[in-house]
Amino acid sequence: MQQEPLFAVRDLRVSFTRHGQSFKAVRGISLHVDHGEVLGIVGESGSGKSVGMLSALGLQPKTASVSGSARFNGRELVGMPMAQLRALRGSRIAMIFQDPLSSLNPVMTVGAQIAETIRLHNAGVSKRAAMDRAAELLALVAIPQPDRRIHQFPHEFSGGMRQRVMIAMAVANDPDLLIADEPTTALDVTVQAQIMDVLTDLRRRLNLGLILITHDLGVLAGHADRVAVVYSGEVVEQANVDALFARPAHPYTRGLIASIPNMAEEKERLFSIDGAPPPLGKLPGGCAFHPRCPQAQDICRHVPPPVRSNGDHRAACHFATLPVGSAA
Amino acid sequence: MPFLVLGIVTLAFLLTTVTKGDPLTAIVSDRQMNDPVAVAAAKARWGLDRSLPERYVIYVGNLLTGDMGTSFITRRPVAQDVFFRLPATMELVLAAMLIGSTIGITLGVLAAYFRNTVIDHAARFFALFGSSIPVFWLGLALLYVFSVKWGILPGPGRLDPRATPPPSVTGFMTIDTLIAGNMKLFLDALWHLILPAFVLGWAVAGTISRLVRANMLEVLDREFILTARAKGAGELRVVVRHALRNTLVPTLTVIGYSFAYLLTGAVLTETIFSWPGMGSYAVEAARGLDFPAIIGVTIVGGVVFLLTNLITDIAYVIANPRVRLG
Ligand SMILES: Nc1ncnc2c1ncn2[C@@H]1O[C@H](COP(=O)(O)OP(=O)(O)OP(=O)(O)O)[C@@H](O)[C@H]1O
Ligand code: SF4
Ligand SMILES: [Mg+2]
Repeated sequence: MQQEPLFAVRDLRVSFTRHGQSFKAVRGISLHVDHGEVLGIVGESGSGKSVGMLSALGLQPKTASVSGSARFNGRELVGMPMAQLRALRGSRIAMIFQDPLSSLNPVMTVGAQIAETIRLHNAGVSKRAAMDRAAELLALVAIPQPDRRIHQFPHEFSGGMRQRVMIAMAVANDPDLLIADEPTTALDVTVQAQIMDVLTDLRRRLNLGLILITHDLGVLAGHADRVAVVYSGEVVEQANVDALFARPAHPYTRGLIASIPNMAEEKERLFSIDGAPPPLGKLPGGCAFHPRCPQAQDICRHVPPPVRSNGDHRAACHFATLPVGSAA
Repeated sequence: MPFLVLGIVTLAFLLTTVTKGDPLTAIVSDRQMNDPVAVAAAKARWGLDRSLPERYVIYVGNLLTGDMGTSFITRRPVAQDVFFRLPATMELVLAAMLIGSTIGITLGVLAAYFRNTVIDHAARFFALFGSSIPVFWLGLALLYVFSVKWGILPGPGRLDPRATPPPSVTGFMTIDTLIAGNMKLFLDALWHLILPAFVLGWAVAGTISRLVRANMLEVLDREFILTARAKGAGELRVVVRHALRNTLVPTLTVIGYSFAYLLTGAVLTETIFSWPGMGSYAVEAARGLDFPAIIGVTIVGGVVFLLTNLITDIAYVIANPRVRLG
């Protein structure tokens, strides 16, 4: 009997009600991540990556309704009482976001914000001690002069430094799981690499389970262990990172790989994805990807594709190119 | 600042000269009006025989020594009248400001947090009611209901009419009673203060709550609110420490500027509640064409207004780290 993973999402669904009509933003995603493992989640803007992960932690917008399961350390998070969820957030499960400037409170010093995270989960810690620890954490993410920097406000930091502050705050209570929602999208290319190094370094040192959300598959090549590809609120392919890049089984994944600039040079150019993802209210029947899929057949327009798997490698496509295909 | 004060003085002085009323009617009785000797004597006595520029220079000169002239009506120095009445107004206005901002901020926060719910609509109604009902009507209505009909709040005045007021130290009745160590009198003063302060504060509570709501709506959608929740912060902390703290600057500004409204509103409130402050003094002065008193009240009101704007600006700098450090 296999032990339960650190974090396992099963058939998670999120819908919004707008003007009496229901919009399905997340349509049954399943994924898991373990201690010390990096799971990449990739997908176009609006595919439901953020809403999905936020909903797993009970952080969805008020107008959303969530069903399915998200288990953390064997405890069900969906429907968990707010007080228990709060005790986990920022302590066992931490999260960082895309834009580090708007993610930090502009009128609190960074030290006070980190200290707040510490004191929220450690009742006995004094303000002094929490500030000292905040300085240690800034040093951990390689911010120079941490003793001086803790007394500064977010606008006095550069973009990359702010994201380091967010990371320091996220790991303040030595969490088990860190969800990073597009942590480098808002940053310069050179800074992106530094932030990725900080994250993967911390993952190793703290044995973190790390979920890395991005719309840039290229970022995941060097950093993720496994990858889940999301399209219109569904996981269309999930595999070990090497297998995914070497043998992408889903046409959408192949399109994503083909559109990574330097990858396209090395491999023969397959195709790039035309068109835009469907609006939530007007999902096409059958396979949601069919209007944009170069391999679409008649069956794709009418029958939703089953998930085929080959060991750890799963893909939801009628014509998934998996070596040993079996419907699951 | 000194120039602004001089501007107020000049303006107040000039305003009285363009009014149609003849101040002589306030000084000289109707019968004496037909007696040229008496009229000339009165003119000389009150300096009305001098030219306007002469009067202006004399007035400003006297003002520098703290002399605001003598009231036609009370026949006491205006500076002395004002000195006795200003604290009563300040006590009323500050209490109104406290009540108004407490109610306004609370309602604004609740309305934003529970946007588009019954709570939001109720808060909007309360705000609209407070700022559209005239102060005198509201004052009379509440005085009737709470004092006359139900008897749970006292009638007009600052103290029970049978009570002996404490020695005046600050002029703030609540503080003076405390200094005198008279707890019973303190509660009585507080009790008398509630209704007029509430009436005066309600209107600004409406303005403040609308502004706080709008700002809170904007801030609650910002990403750092999500960060605070993701840290495990409770809703109260998220709303007060993170969201409300970020609306502090515009909130302080609107509270500061509401002061001007409170000063004007105090005139009517004081009249209704027989509050012996600047407002009721101004009404009496205006009624009696008591020019020295009118000018004095205008100048003091203007200076108080300038001071609150200055305080607002200072608070703005303190509350905003970006201005402070930049
Ligand atoms: N508060 C909300 N009310 C209604 N719909 C929403 C709300 N928040 C998100 N959505 C919808 O849910 C869908 C998924 O959004 P989500 O933010 O999860 O996308 P994403 O994959 O994270 O995209 P991005 O790469 O831009 O961050 C989108 O179509 C969006 O319009
Ligand atoms: S099921 Fe059909 S339309 Fe969908 S990805 Fe596969 S081939 Fe394309
Ligand atoms: Mg997102």
